[in-house]
Amino acid sequence: MSQSADTVTMASGPSSTARPRWRFDPHRLVVLGVFTILALPLVVTLGYALAGHWGASLLPDSLTLKWFVELWATPRFQAAFVRSLLVAVGALALSLVLILPVAFLAQTRYPRLDGWMNGLILMPFAVPPVVSSVGLLQLYAGGPLPLVGTPWILIPTYFTIVLPFMYRAIANSLRSIDVASLMDAARLLGAGPLQAFFLVVLPNIRVGVQIAIFLSFSFLVGEFVFANLLVGTRFETLQVYLNNMRGASGHFTSALVITLFAFTLVLTWLGNRQSGQDLAKESAS
Amino acid sequence: MRGLHAASPALLWLLPFVVVFAAFQLAPLAWVAISAFRVDDGWGLGHFREIVTSPFFRQAIGRSLEISLVSSLLGLTIAALTCHSLAHTRGPLRRWMVAFTNMTSNFAGVPLAFAFIILMGTNGVLTLALQRLGIIEDFNLYSKTGLIVIYTWFQIPLGVLLLFPALAGLRTEWQEAASLLGAGRLAYWRHIGLPVLWPALLGTLTILIANAMGAYATVYALVNTSYNLMTIRIANLVSGDLFLQPNLASALALILVLLLAMVTLIQQWLLRRSYHVAER
Repeated sequence: MSQSADTVTMASGPSSTARPRWRFDPHRLVVLGVFTILALPLVVTLGYALAGHWGASLLPDSLTLKWFVELWATPRFQAAFVRSLLVAVGALALSLVLILPVAFLAQTRYPRLDGWMNGLILMPFAVPPVVSSVGLLQLYAGGPLPLVGTPWILIPTYFTIVLPFMYRAIANSLRSIDVASLMDAARLLGAGPLQAFFLVVLPNIRVGVQIAIFLSFSFLVGEFVFANLLVGTRFETLQVYLNNMRGASGHFTSALVITLFAFTLVLTWLGNRQSGQDLAKESAS
Repeated sequence: MRGLHAASPALLWLLPFVVVFAAFQLAPLAWVAISAFRVDDGWGLGHFREIVTSPFFRQAIGRSLEISLVSSLLGLTIAALTCHSLAHTRGPLRRWMVAFTNMTSNFAGVPLAFAFIILMGTNGVLTLALQRLGIIEDFNLYSKTGLIVIYTWFQIPLGVLLLFPALAGLRTEWQEAASLLGAGRLAYWRHIGLPVLWPALLGTLTILIANAMGAYATVYALVNTSYNLMTIRIANLVSGDLFLQPNLASALALILVLLLAMVTLIQQWLLRRSYHVAER
């Protein structure tokens, strides 16, 4: 991302020397106004997380890192962090195993499957998590699969919510490498379908899959509804932990909010950096 | 393609996907759709009758609709103005703003509620500052107005991301051509700008409404179960401490899904009526 950003800055450099651009401009004012509105909760929370004490004054009295240190040293927070990571990794592994073959077959052997999938992946949008939870809570509370209350219910459920995103990302990368021709070429050279899939196709879509993984990861770490309704405090993830810290000091929860947000930012940044490198590679070749 | 005997083993690879998707996406929805009609002594519309006649549930539905509609319209208006201004902004500011909205669209759910408590809660930084300046007497974040403020806040980034491609696609040549033919700014927007944007605006509004109707985490973190909304009621009926009524929850959940479907149908209907699309 930084690479492409630099080139754009340089390209717009000469024109930005024109002076009148900095005079009163209503469009700039609107953009800056909305920017302020959107930035306000984030900036204030960051300020609160860094403030030693913030009473009835406009600015905090003193700055400190003690809230962050206190948070990161809390065993309950560390445990929640590990749990969130475990669930997200498990869900992403399952999603890859389930979605890769479907996307691959839809792009090679059964083109009609792609149309079907494009319909199916709209379902998670039409059904809010609260609605799914009602069914999941009844179906898996007892019976042959008593998953409710354990992290195991979250892994397949999270698969359903990252599906739209993962499927599109994988299908798009498969299409961009023209997977059908690649498979034909591999077959001509004597490779079996599985061999061709693992040795030719997978390495070629690695970047696309990585982007999908990073972005889905940040999405899953932010998931609260399923985690709270299906499992709750029995397997406390980060979001559930934050919600349970309602009574704690505002400085402490602010440090937690900022930590969570920074974590998702790093993940999305990693994903976008990948896509930036991918684009740079494509334009170079 | 190569005959069925070659195709069938490959189809086996679809099986795990189909099984998990059916078990964790289709089956829960099917359970909701069926159990909504399940009453003590068999089948019937009892739960729906209870919801429709209960002032409490009617209030939840009404408030969900009201907060969603108001916040979506506000969010859409602000997002459209922002996109319009962004399309007329050059240089780094535009790039930063797009990256920043992308960033803030990740800020949702429980963390958002906590940030707003710090900002606009009873002792929030902004609340105290505005009180000191004498602009407001007091502000209740845990009220309808408060929820509309938060909802609108999280609708803006989503609206900008969805609308920006459409507004950036409006060509300045069109406005120039229109003004050469004698059209003022108003006439340009009335006959060219809005008709071109209409499908994108409608589509975005639909997504924003669906987003708001289904929202749960932010409100729950803010007011727990004390504010009466559809999603809060549904969750409370299946996970509250007492009086679990899963079948009633299913009925209310089904109403929510049907309302979302209705919003989409209205959008499709409005879209078909607009001449810009009908011409094609």
